[in-house]
Amino acid sequence: MADKILDIRNLDITFKTTAGNVHAIRGVNVDLERGETVAIVGESGSGKSVVMKTAMGILAGNATINSGEIIFRYKEDDGSLQEVDILKKEKKWVRQNINGRKIAMIFQDPMTSLDPTMTIGNQLIEGMIMHLGISKEDARKRAIELLEEVGITDPEKRYKQYPHQLSGGMRQRVVIAIAISCYPDLLICDEPTTALDVTIQAKILDLIKTIQKEHGISVIYITHDLGVVAKVADYVNVMYAGRIVEVGNVEEIFYDPKHPYTWGLLSAMPDLDTDDDRLYTIPGSPPNLLHEVVGDAFAPRNQYALKADWKEQPPMFKVTDTHFAATWLLDERAPKIEMPQELKKRIERMKQTKG
Amino acid sequence: MTKYIIKRVIMALVTLFLITFLLFLLVRIMPGNPFPSERMSAEAIAKKRAEMGLDDPIFVQFGNYLKNVIAKGSFGKGSSLYNGAPISTVLPQCMANSFKIGGLSILIGVVVGLILGIAAALNRGRFWDTFCTVLSILGVCVPSYVFMIFLQYFLAYKVTIFPFYFDASRFLGSAIIPAVSLSLFSMSTVARFTRNEMVEVMDSDYVLLAESKGMYGTKLVTRHILRNALIPIVTVIAPLVVDLLTGALVVEKIYGINGLGKLMVDAISGEGIDYNYVLALGIIYSALYIGIMLILDITYGLLDPRIRLANRKES
Repeated sequence: MADKILDIRNLDITFKTTAGNVHAIRGVNVDLERGETVAIVGESGSGKSVVMKTAMGILAGNATINSGEIIFRYKEDDGSLQEVDILKKEKKWVRQNINGRKIAMIFQDPMTSLDPTMTIGNQLIEGMIMHLGISKEDARKRAIELLEEVGITDPEKRYKQYPHQLSGGMRQRVVIAIAISCYPDLLICDEPTTALDVTIQAKILDLIKTIQKEHGISVIYITHDLGVVAKVADYVNVMYAGRIVEVGNVEEIFYDPKHPYTWGLLSAMPDLDTDDDRLYTIPGSPPNLLHEVVGDAFAPRNQYALKADWKEQPPMFKVTDTHFAATWLLDERAPKIEMPQELKKRIERMKQTKG
Repeated sequence: MTKYIIKRVIMALVTLFLITFLLFLLVRIMPGNPFPSERMSAEAIAKKRAEMGLDDPIFVQFGNYLKNVIAKGSFGKGSSLYNGAPISTVLPQCMANSFKIGGLSILIGVVVGLILGIAAALNRGRFWDTFCTVLSILGVCVPSYVFMIFLQYFLAYKVTIFPFYFDASRFLGSAIIPAVSLSLFSMSTVARFTRNEMVEVMDSDYVLLAESKGMYGTKLVTRHILRNALIPIVTVIAPLVVDLLTGALVVEKIYGINGLGKLMVDAISGEGIDYNYVLALGIIYSALYIGIMLILDITYGLLDPRIRLANRKES
């Protein structure tokens, strides 16, 4: 664990709403090592985006950070390693030194994430002029190179166009170009392909992968699409109701999942080879975090729930050095419960196709 | 863009022509007539009607009227108001008064309204926000003439800073009270609208992206938030401008301003209805409205590339 770039510890966030306080993030830990890719997986509303928005310092105004730290280690321009707790820094400092400069973000919907009244070019050079302190002409040159790099044809022409003149896939490419324009250390992709159609999805993922390799950027993916995870991630964090319930590398999560929620997610993946012609869904819906959760938040939807799950929140049990899961099933006192047969078969099939 | 503008101008002219015709019809159909019947004999009225061409078929009358307006630029000859002074001298004077006071009140309303709205949006949920909300509700609810009477009482009667009535020779001093009271409504509307639009834009993805690029403070507000919020704000300002320019009936009457509003009231409530004034004022009002909307359409194009470029493609 020599070169951690991001280290989120015990993050705990509450949102004030008209209905009351929503305890959206309940002690989240995420690690990311330099150059690697981590995916955060979970249902809508599990708090994946909130965690990353906190790291970007762009959390909504009604959120309160109760506790936690976000340690970010980045390389200064002279090559020295700096370490900051983003939560302890002033917003202005974060904007000037971190946002866009060291951590960049790609948003879910390219149709709405570009300013409709500004040309592509101006949106691209804005950050460069601010962060890199280069002239407008130099920024323009680099912007056109960037547009070329992200696979936009006729960049000179696109440079002068407005977002509405570009297709969704093109716009996402522009957003990616903006994100990498100031040589960031870390790239956060918040469901970067969800709003795009399937053929474009693969292209965008490949693009991000290439860029990551070429620039040595670490990447965090926020997604609910396990297909994306399998394709891009080194490590996976499974999130449920504001907590990480299982962490591991891709193989461990896909081939040896331990948490019943992860079982459910994997079973719910569409698959053509299954005997069952109905797609499995996890019964019920996520808990309402307006009310404090007692025990394991997943217990009400979990057919394998133990008595302990209703009373006490399970700690993270260690499976291997990289694999942890928060379920009482891993406690030595627990009865031996295996993952469902259907899933087991499916995992076997996945292993075979991969091997 | 040029083609877009030309198209708009032609449409505006056609609209104005139709409105003029409708107004002309309505004025003729309207109950009442230009003659004080109790003081004039039936024969005298009949003679006068024939003289003024009121017995001609309506289309002939309209044709003559149009010919007069377009060829000679005149809205009619003499009149019953202002001791028979010709329309051509009365109208410009009234227009000047209304425009000056209206212009001043728009300036106050828009500037103060924008400042209040922006302050409220940037301090969402805090003191400024509540303050502006309360102020704008008050501003929309209290009629301008009520507010003016307050101002008159405190600033012109209790403390004599400003004159009690309008005095064209002391324009600025005497314009303050009516302008401020007239601006109240537009100020509140602009403030409330600006606040809501800005809050909406601030929650948008592209502002989030701009923030994640490292934009903050004034740059973020002016480049990304305000520009996008301004498009709908311009839409609400435009009709307010026309309302204010064409004078406020009650405020002008109370404060003794010889403006368009007062003129309109006088023209209708005199001994006989003054056809020429009512028509002229109606046409001016419509022309202003159409003109402002035309400017609005063009401004849209300047502010929003989606509109500008869509029209370029079309042409």
